[in-house]
Amino acid sequence: MSNAAPLLEVRNLRVEFPTRRGTLVALDDVSFSIAPGEVLGVVGESGAGKSMTGAAIIGLLEPPGRIARGEILLNGKRIDNLRYEQMRRIRGKEIGAIFQDPLTTLNPLYTVGQQLTETMTTHLPINPAEARRRAIEWLELVGIPAAAQRIDSYPHEFSGGMRQRVVIALALCAEPRLIVADEPTTALDVSIQAQVIALLKTLAREKGTAMMLVTHDMGVIAETADRVAVMYAGRIAEIGPVREVVKHANHPYSAGLMASIPPLDRRVERLAQIDGAMPRLSAIPRGCAYNPRCPKVFSRCADERPDLMDAGTTRAACWLYASEVPHG
Amino acid sequence: MFAFIVSRILQALPVLLSVALISFAMFAYVGDPVAIMLGQDYTQAQRDALVAELGLDRPFWVQFATFIGNAAQGEFGLSYRLSRPVADLIAERAPATLELAFTAAVLALLVGVPMGVYTGLYRNSWLSRFFLTFSLIGVSLPTFLIGILLILVFAVWLGWLPSFGRGDTVRLGAWTTGFLTVSGLKALVLPAITLGLFQLTLIMRLVRAEMLEVLRADYIKFARARGLPNRAVHFGHALKNTLVPVITIVGLQLGAIIAFAIVTETVFQWPGMGLLFIQSVGAADIPVMSAYLLLISLVFVTINLIVDLLYYAVDPRLRIGRGKGGH
Ligand SMILES: Nc1ncnc2c1ncn2[C@@H]1O[C@H](COP(=O)(O)OP(=O)(O)OP(=O)(O)O)[C@@H](O)[C@H]1O
Ligand code: SF4
Ligand SMILES: [Mg+2]
Repeated sequence: MSNAAPLLEVRNLRVEFPTRRGTLVALDDVSFSIAPGEVLGVVGESGAGKSMTGAAIIGLLEPPGRIARGEILLNGKRIDNLRYEQMRRIRGKEIGAIFQDPLTTLNPLYTVGQQLTETMTTHLPINPAEARRRAIEWLELVGIPAAAQRIDSYPHEFSGGMRQRVVIALALCAEPRLIVADEPTTALDVSIQAQVIALLKTLAREKGTAMMLVTHDMGVIAETADRVAVMYAGRIAEIGPVREVVKHANHPYSAGLMASIPPLDRRVERLAQIDGAMPRLSAIPRGCAYNPRCPKVFSRCADERPDLMDAGTTRAACWLYASEVPHG
Repeated sequence: MFAFIVSRILQALPVLLSVALISFAMFAYVGDPVAIMLGQDYTQAQRDALVAELGLDRPFWVQFATFIGNAAQGEFGLSYRLSRPVADLIAERAPATLELAFTAAVLALLVGVPMGVYTGLYRNSWLSRFFLTFSLIGVSLPTFLIGILLILVFAVWLGWLPSFGRGDTVRLGAWTTGFLTVSGLKALVLPAITLGLFQLTLIMRLVRAEMLEVLRADYIKFARARGLPNRAVHFGHALKNTLVPVITIVGLQLGAIIAFAIVTETVFQWPGMGLLFIQSVGAADIPVMSAYLLLISLVFVTINLIVDLLYYAVDPRLRIGRGKGGH
């Protein structure tokens, strides 16, 4: 899949937050690509920079956050340096977004029908009547019962799971080629998480929509993603095909992360934990950011920061896979 | 909907009754109305006759019930000062106050809301900083001082606008309006600015604070992520969500504008109810004072009801049961 021309390409992305006490580097040297129709899972501890990556892609970094280096390309064209109005036309139309909490992402004062139709009439050459017809279709498609009546209901009249279905319809209704889904099920009741993920997966597959899926749920990743990126302290630690990363992680951090996940088929008494915590942005250690916690740490790790390198089945940012001998 | 209105009116009744009780107590026990009405020299027989005529010899509750009954018919007795029916006096003065309050409120809204939206959206522009500094003046200077300063500049120095009175008015049935003559409109400008300035700055600051809050909301971020144009995001999604608190404050402020027109009317010798009230206080004209109090409380209650109805119109979450959707 990765040999098709990429739909999205992120190259050496660096995001900074200028603050009074110096510049915080929230993302550094993040590179990856997503092929048309491909699902890239993104995992990592809280604060690793997953949401920040998504926000940079849709061009909605919260000020004063800004892209300081690198580029983002959609269909080979740079989108990281567009003016607000140009990027606005891409949001929703080319790149859809799904946020975490459906209770807060829908405007409480607009009916779901109004929110759907305004999105479609903004991006598609259709009139309001046609938009309304399609809005009903979308509600049916995402599994809202009695869609023709429910279209005039307000968000508070739906349950959390139903609202996230509406959000999915909103993200997809202008038929974008890429969806950035940031923990789309974390806020939902456990019993309906699987349904919502299944819906998202089916729709993305039917429409051929590629997806960047941020989640903490490794089960979801294993079932949904084609490739996985593991993030740590604002960088990609490892990226590769889902089977390899989940089952045979090369990077010590990914290996630790995968070991801390309960196997799907049985319950375990105690989960393995990675000792320590991820460093704060203001205190990222020199060398490999993971070195204070890494069981395989060696001399080189404390001095030099590893870039992504070939680790056989995956690419990992770890000196264990350096082919050349360090100079000096 | 109808049940909602009825229940609100029922809730308002105790408020109105307690205000009525206070104004009645004032009416019956503050000062000696009989002495005031009879003047310096009178006989005991004259006094007894007047006491009987005014019904002051009857038990408290009977007097109170009569007072309520009369008030409900707009009957507040005679002004001690002017010996004319209070209802007539108030009816004559009400248009001046209502037109002034209306103009001040419209000014405060039409200028305050856009300024609030602007300062909320572009909080670092120099114009926003200017508006905010300006609003501090509006909030901190006392009304009478603003009025006097305006008179000094625009009436005394520049001579553009009159410093007192209502100008020429036109009679429309029972109503007299200053809206239809040039001198009436000119006379309105300074008092309306004086009366509305505080509310204007209050509304601006409120809308700004609400905009800043709402702009951080997830649904605004999501509206942007859906690629909606800024106009729709700012003036649709964001502004609409600031409306509920804005309506509350604006409603309360409108009541306040009418109630506290007293100061402005005094400064500009504006022939409204506030000026009437102040003159009545000076003369211990209790019937006028109690009628005015009752009227103002009625205004507040009515505005509260309207505010509640507006909530209901703006925020679907407050609607009982379902909207027009299905089940
Ligand atoms: N406005 C901001 N100013 C400074 N730092 C910020 C700001 N917003 C986020 N960060 C920092 O950027 C880093 C990345 O945050 P991000 O939200 O992308 O994490 P995440 O991987 O999505 O975590 P989670 O799993 O908790 O959602 C965090 O360390 C966070 O503290
Ligand atoms: S580079 Fe060193 S410290 Fe970093 S993950 Fe690899 S072995 Fe561990
Ligand atoms: Mg996040």
